[in-house]
Amino acid sequence: MKRSNAPIFWSLFGAGGMLAALTGPFLVFVTGIAVPLGWLLPHDLLSYAHMLAFAQHWLGKAFIFAVVSLFLWHGAHRIFHTLHDLGIRTGAGARLICYGVPLLVTIVSGYALLTLGFK
Amino acid sequence: MSGQASKRRPYIRPMQGWWRRNPFFMRYMAREVTAIIVVIYALLLGWGVVRLAQGEAAYEAWRATLGMPLMLLFHAVALAVFLYHTWSWFAIMPKTMPMIFIGGKKLAASTIAGLGLATAVAATVALFLVVEWIRP
Repeated sequence: MKRSNAPIFWSLFGAGGMLAALTGPFLVFVTGIAVPLGWLLPHDLLSYAHMLAFAQHWLGKAFIFAVVSLFLWHGAHRIFHTLHDLGIRTGAGARLICYGVPLLVTIVSGYALLTLGFK
Repeated sequence: MSGQASKRRPYIRPMQGWWRRNPFFMRYMAREVTAIIVVIYALLLGWGVVRLAQGEAAYEAWRATLGMPLMLLFHAVALAVFLYHTWSWFAIMPKTMPMIFIGGKKLAASTIAGLGLATAVAATVALFLVVEWIRP
């Protein structure tokens, strides 16, 4: 019997959902509201120098990579299954987009983070 | 099917608006729709990572984009949606995880959800402490 690949995608969905539940509100507030407005937090918190240093630290790098990649695996998997619930017949095309985009972003962001080097 | 295509149109069960019929389904759909915002936010961050790797000018341009009114509006909506994601994620956790028995008694759903939400609050506080620690 061919083994199902469902557990892999379900695990990525679950991990992303958990990470989003624990860190999502904090991240959106900091990156999207507090820092751009300079409200409660300094505008320089996400400055180039500071962000570069954060992304060059192995822990910061791992955190950024996990957030970008797992959030996408989570969201795209959920969207794919919701299409089915809405009565939209999903085929290879929808599968390619819903799982191809997270894969592509995982590779591109992983590569970008690696080019920043380690310090 | 014996290789002969049927001339009849196959019956396709209508699926329009089924989730509007029941508050339980509405909550289910609200939960599912949060995924759209999660995906957009992740793409925005991923874009920022690429811009960071491209150098200071590219990264600062990305940062300037985040300060646009439309982006601030998106993040205000996203914050509400992420909070709903957090709440709903732990509210359904009793159903998505294996049952836990303590002393022969099943751990109550409200206990699991409560512990999950408490963990989310603790994680948020911890992350703000990290920010305080590393802020310039």
